[in-house]
Amino acid sequence: MSATIINDVRRGFYLDSVALMRFSRVLATMDGIEEAAMMMASPSNRQIMADAGLLDQTSAGAEGGDLIIGIRATTPEAAEAARVQAEQLLDQPTSSTGDGARWRPKTMRAAVKAHPEANLALISVAGDFAAAEARKALRKGLHVMMFSDNVSIADELSLKREARDLGLLVMGPDCGTAILNGTPLAFANRVSAGDIGIIGASGTGTQEISCLISEGGGGISQAIGVGGRDLHEEIGAITTLMALDALDRDPATRHIVVISKPPAAAVAAQVVARIAASSKTFTVCFIGASGWQLPANATFAASLKGAAEHALGGNKLFAEFNADALAKPAKGRTVTGLFCGGTLCAEVQSLFLGAGEAVMSNAAISGVENLSTDPRRHKIIDLGSDEYTQGRPHPMIDPGVRDKALNGELDDADVGIVLLDVVIGFGAHEDPAGHLVDSLGGQTNGQTILIASVTGTDADPQNRKGQIAKLQAAGVLVAPSNADAAELALACLRLGG
Amino acid sequence: MEKNKVSDLLTQPLQVINVGLESFAVELKQQNVAVTHVDWSPPAGGDPKIADLLSKLGT
Repeated sequence: MSATIINDVRRGFYLDSVALMRFSRVLATMDGIEEAAMMMASPSNRQIMADAGLLDQTSAGAEGGDLIIGIRATTPEAAEAARVQAEQLLDQPTSSTGDGARWRPKTMRAAVKAHPEANLALISVAGDFAAAEARKALRKGLHVMMFSDNVSIADELSLKREARDLGLLVMGPDCGTAILNGTPLAFANRVSAGDIGIIGASGTGTQEISCLISEGGGGISQAIGVGGRDLHEEIGAITTLMALDALDRDPATRHIVVISKPPAAAVAAQVVARIAASSKTFTVCFIGASGWQLPANATFAASLKGAAEHALGGNKLFAEFNADALAKPAKGRTVTGLFCGGTLCAEVQSLFLGAGEAVMSNAAISGVENLSTDPRRHKIIDLGSDEYTQGRPHPMIDPGVRDKALNGELDDADVGIVLLDVVIGFGAHEDPAGHLVDSLGGQTNGQTILIASVTGTDADPQNRKGQIAKLQAAGVLVAPSNADAAELALACLRLGG
Repeated sequence: MEKNKVSDLLTQPLQVINVGLESFAVELKQQNVAVTHVDWSPPAGGDPKIADLLSKLGT
């Protein structure tokens, strides 16, 4: 019997992608529902829904400001029940900020009028609209953190130039993490306060380093996110250079860590010259590079863990961790990494390359092959890249994107080890380890070795120790850092012969 | 001499206008950060090009 598809359109009705994901999940678990999604009717979302077989002619006239409910069910009755449920979900009060029925501004202008002391705009609307909101914020005198991605590089350059002229920071776009004056913003962790400043073109890189520093007894003064493209030639490190100036002036910052993918040569020269002019000391971590010419006050670190150790004055972290002692022989020949954090994915690629392993990735660093069907190579996947996140929240918010991929890898006899990251903290899923264990059916299968690390702290809402305990109880081997997880995977490969 | 605005940001309490994911505003409130959440919907009827143009015109 063919499936029943029902669409409903709410004109001029907006909910953010996280709220819609939660509602979509409720519908998807109802009896007789094959697939269900509620999405804003942007062209890219319409394509996703069409590809999922969720659209009929009812939604053909929906526009970007409209919401589409798409349901595919085994029977007309099941579809109708889900439609009714969807309408009820959309009609319930949505405010969870504790504002209740209080008036809430609908525009940036009205918000600034109501909150004239505001000094930062945190923008996480869909990328198509993010530059416009950032521009409005700058013109109201606000610094901007743009969590949104899918913003054009031309818009990024124009916003950053305008901000620089105004003396304002634009952190982002695609800036996942910042800690300003002790406050974690978006995806960030509750770390100890201290005298180490971080300038990060990488969100999860900043999270891992700040947590490792905190774990190692140090603390963070500020963590300024700059966006993944700030050190590209087109942008010229505008925000990085402004952040360097600010941290150089900051009396609370003694040492500065700069983290990025390897920058363009001309941009690197500017950044290195600015570092050389500083009286402070630096750790420079360009993930994927094997070394870098740096002035005397700066040291290159090839890994996130190495960067944290250097920032801590050379103290070795987790000296008690012994990968060889914990390792088990791998039954399959290859490792698959399924990462929520892009820089954690890059760090593992870098460490595997350094160990002489053949690697492929959908987010390949220099020296790594692009993803293919080559069965001899280890497959290290960034689940936060566009092909996995279009139309849905980042896997750190919605770890469900990893479930299907994980089950596929567990069924593959060639895959001896699956390597995972569990990233906690503000902004992240409320229990990613619990979700992972549930998706395993409570326990590992006894064939594939699962290795994970938890990026976070015990002060985070999810509690790092609690997350580690859940993973270990399910048979997952847990390493104290992402780099140690990679070492453990390599040790298991060696034992497996 | 004008005070440095970035240094001000790093030394004064954060006061945030949140536009987008409401969960970010909720978490900031839980940390006792002053935050105003914008009850946002796509401007210009959901047409990004017109929304961009309007922002450049200051509306």
